[in-house]
Order: sequence, then structure tokens, then C-alpha cells
Amino acid sequence: MKNTGDISKGTKDKDTSGNKLQFETFVILSAKYQTLLTTKYKNRKKWEPVNEKHVLSFIPGTILKVFVSDKEKVKKEQPLLVLEAMKMENTMFAPFDGTIKKVYVSTGDKVPKGTLMIEFE
Amino acid sequence: MPLKKKIQELKKRREEVQMGGGEKAIEKQLSMGKLTARERVIALVDEQSFHEYDLFVEHEARDFDMANKVLHGDGVIIGTGTINEEPIAVFAQDFTVAGGSLGMMHARKITKIMDHALKMRMPLIGINDSGGARIQEGVNSLAGYGEIFFRNTLASGVIPQISVILGPCAGGAVYSPALTDFVFVVENISKMFITGPEVIKTVLGEEISMEDLGGARVHSEITGNAHFYAKSEKECFEQIQKLLSFIPWSNDKKAPKKEVKPPKAKFKINNIVPGDSRQPYDIRDVVKAIVDDSDFLEVQELWATNMVIGFGRINGETCGFVCNQPLVLAGVLDVDSSDKAARFIRYCDAFNIPIVTLVDLPGYLPGIDQEHAGVIRHGAKILYAYSEATVPKVTIIIRKAYGGGYIAMGSRHLRSDFVFAWPSAEIAVMGPEGAANIIFRKEIMSAENPDEMRKLKVEEYKEKFANPYVAASKGYVDSVIEPDETRKLLIHAIDVAKNKQISGPKKKHGVPPF
Repeated sequence: MKNTGDISKGTKDKDTSGNKLQFETFVILSAKYQTLLTTKYKNRKKWEPVNEKHVLSFIPGTILKVFVSDKEKVKKEQPLLVLEAMKMENTMFAPFDGTIKKVYVSTGDKVPKGTLMIEFE
Repeated sequence: MPLKKKIQELKKRREEVQMGGGEKAIEKQLSMGKLTARERVIALVDEQSFHEYDLFVEHEARDFDMANKVLHGDGVIIGTGTINEEPIAVFAQDFTVAGGSLGMMHARKITKIMDHALKMRMPLIGINDSGGARIQEGVNSLAGYGEIFFRNTLASGVIPQISVILGPCAGGAVYSPALTDFVFVVENISKMFITGPEVIKTVLGEEISMEDLGGARVHSEITGNAHFYAKSEKECFEQIQKLLSFIPWSNDKKAPKKEVKPPKAKFKINNIVPGDSRQPYDIRDVVKAIVDDSDFLEVQELWATNMVIGFGRINGETCGFVCNQPLVLAGVLDVDSSDKAARFIRYCDAFNIPIVTLVDLPGYLPGIDQEHAGVIRHGAKILYAYSEATVPKVTIIIRKAYGGGYIAMGSRHLRSDFVFAWPSAEIAVMGPEGAANIIFRKEIMSAENPDEMRKLKVEEYKEKFANPYVAASKGYVDSVIEPDETRKLLIHAIDVAKNKQISGPKKKHGVPPF
């Protein structure tokens, strides 16, 4: 995460209408700039590496069926669950041979995109 | 029947239809803090100038008992009038009539006025206040939207198209505003989204208010869909009138020339920019120190604020300003600010508005989120837009112009007509700190005191390269100028470039990275 903006607080100055501005130190290529940060920048999503053992919802939807349970051994391409989204029933399959560590969802659950549904050991 | 009676009948019919959805519906509209469609049009255009067409249009739906329903004007008002004494075309959806829902005849009225606007080369203003497609009319309603989108695209770059969101604008309906040049929103009144809170709740179980999902602030600050934000409908109409004072009526005209007034004395151009290039200032103060009467109309004031765009006049002539804003995120280029600048540049180019670029940026914003959000293809838009633009282009490098940022911000290499630099300009392949770390890496690492050595080398690099004279010695900068001379030179440059004519290779159209 080098160069992503190393931020430390500082205060200075006022804007044209006399409001106090909260400048922060913002580092780009080793140069430290005094500037304001936007909410969007501050709220930006931190990147996380992909965890192959996590089965995430690729689209928001509803869990129609769950075929597996905790501690169950599954074969590659064995159906795990059905996620209904946008009028389509999507069956999600095991990505590899393995053991289910935990099933986090049950039939009828509504899941946003990127929800952890099943974890492998 | 004598003519007199017939005239009376006409009057009676008019009055009836002009009541829209009736008293109750009007009362409800007003209780939501909204004006009625007709009141809006009248408030927007010059006094007594509005003339309405298709008042007596009726819908043709027959299914679901629609045959028995009377929908006055089919839920939309169309007409022509004047703003600033020049003709404009307008439509306004009437929420009091079946929720302003869009059926076939409703759409046909809108496309009629769109055709007029395009044919007669005048701005089109659309006031949106509609619950969406009229479900009872099925695929005819979808066809209506399609016909509108097609005309929005056809008219794009020919006449100014302005969308005013004064109520809900949901589902497919949002794409007409999205295709137009400027979108106006009003606090608490405007709501725009593809799928509303209810659908999101049913599908996801997530609860969110309309305001938080697609309210005026959201579109002004987060999505960038809106260009102008107002606290009231009245303020919104004033903004539209002001915008129209800056832009030409069509792509074969120039913006109206205004009486020349010097910038206001309180903006002293020599006192705005700090000498230390790591210290912030408000670039808008520099713009106001340059433009006539210090009158600067900022576009998308609340979104991607590290880039400032807007209209100002130089010697009476409208110019589009594209400026890095050191006050926010040090003025970096990123996904949103590239997008913002690129579209504005294309607008100016389409409508014969010279582009003035003020440069002060450290480069493109580094970071995983930016890379993954596609800063490569979004950043490319700004290169494309500048390169493609054939209107007069004048660039002024105020302070930092490093690396890719230097190239992107209207550089000589993208065919700017004039590039001027202040003596404070630092035109270099990268900032002194970063450059010294790379070029003098060995010396710094092997020094007894690396930090001291680094400081020394940064200073050395700064002295040699962080100035305007290296670029000026290659002819990439035409003149190094005193800040005081900026306005005078701009006036001259834009005047000299007024008959500019260039043409590129023959093509149907380019393939910009969008």
C-alpha cells in the first residue's frame, strides 16, 4: 500500500467565507502536500486479497436452497446452494474437493453482493 | 353556432384541461413543496412568453379500463417560450395527472417538442416529475422512452439539452437526463434511481430512504449525475437562466458576447498562490482574478472537487475553465476528476467555447482502489478530450505540472494553441522528492547521512528541473509570464485564435475510452 496517501492531521487557514479548513498531509511520490480530503476518498474501500476458501455471493439475491451442511465433505463441482437473483436461479458449485467449515446462510435469506455464504476448511 | 360561442367553448375546454389532475392532486403536489408543472414553466421562462402545444392530446390506451379514464394533456406540458429573450423549447411532466406516468401520447408530445428544438436550433429544457412508465400501456410506454433517448442522442452536441429533476425520475426514465448536457437537482425534491428503495428492500432486505439512495445531494456529491444543486425550485430556475447566459444556442453559433467588466479588485492575483508548491490555495480565486467581473459559474461544484470546471468570460467571450484544485486532494487526477473534466471539454468543443486550462497538480492519484476502479481508462478520457478538441485551447501552468498530469492537462503535445507558465511553474517528469529518490538512489544510500544527502539532492533537482525554463527552452511553453499578465495574455490569445481552423483525418467518429 505504498504511496496511497499517508495521512496525518494538521490544521491551518480559512476558506473564502471564513470557515476554518482542516488540512491534512497527503503524500504522493514522497512529497507531502497540505490539502483537504474528500469523504469519498476517506471512505474508499480497502482492498483485500481473494480468499479461495470463501464462497461469496456474486450478485445480490435470495437463497433458494442449501444442499450442504457444516463439516460435510464435497467433491469439485458438487452443487452447494441456489442463489436466486434477477429472476434467475443460479446454482453455485464447489470450486474444489474439500470439507465445508461452515455454512453461513439458510433458505430464504436475502444476501447483498459479496456476502460470505460458505467457508471451506 | 356563432363564433363567439365557439370561442367560449374553447376557453372552457382550455380551463378544464389546464386543471391537470384536479384540485385535490394539485393540493397534494403543493403540499410536497413542489410547484405544478405549469407554474414551473411560467417561472422558468420570460414573462408572458410561454405558448403551449398539444393541450388537447388524449391517451389511446384501451386495456385495463384505461378507455374510461381522462388524463388531461396525458400528463405532460410542452411548448416554447423565451429565456433571456431568446427562444427555448420546454416540456414539463405533470405529476398531478396519473403521477406524470409516461404513456405513448405523453412520449409523443415530448418527442414533438424535441424535434422542434433540434430543427429550430434552440435549447431544450425538460422538467422531470414522473412515477415512471405507465404500466397499463405496456410496451408502448417502453417505445416512448426509446424514442426520447434516441432524440437526446441525435440532439447531443447540436443544441444544449438541460434536464431539471423536480420530483421522482426512476427506472428507465433516468436515462434521458443522463444523456443530456446539464442536470439540475433541488434539495428534498429530486429523486433519481434505477431501482427504488422498495425493490431494494424486497430483493436485499436492505432499507434505505429515497433521499439517501438517490436524492439531490447524492447525485451532486457522490455519483456526479447532477451538475447544479439548488435549495429551492426558484433558485434552480435562476441557475438555468444564468447557465443559458453563458452558452450558445446551438453548435453553429458562438455564446452571446457580454459587456466587458474587469475582475473585482478583491481578487489579487499575486497574493493567491503560495510559493511552496506543497501548500494549498483555492484555484477558483485565480479564476475569479482573471474572468470578467469575477463572475465564474462553476459546474459540478460538489463532485470530484479536486477538479474545478465552469464558465467565465474573458473580454466578454465565454470560456470553459478546466482547473486542478490544490485545495482538495492536492489537485490530483483520479477516476472521477478525469471523467468530470473530459465531458466538460467535449461540451465546450461541441459548442465553440474556448478552453482555458489552469494547471497545478502532482499527477495521477496512486492507490489500489484507483487502479481497480479503472484509472487507466478513465484517465485516458481526458487525453482523448483535449486531443480531439479543435476550439481555441490556452493552458496556463501555475505551479506543479508533473509527469502524466503535465501531459494530460492541456499540454502543447495535445495541441494546445498557447501554453503559458508562471515563474512558479514546476514542469518536470515527477516531483523533486520522488525524482531525487530514484536518480540519486546510490548516492543517498551510500551517504553517511542518507537523510541529509536526500535533502541536498532534492534541492539540487528542484533548482535544475522544477522550473518553467527547461520546458520553455524546448518550446513546450510559449512564454513565461508574470501572474499579473495572465488576463491580458488570455484576452490576446483568444482573440488571435478566433479564426482557428484545423481538421483531422476523415473518420465517422473516434472510439473514445467510455
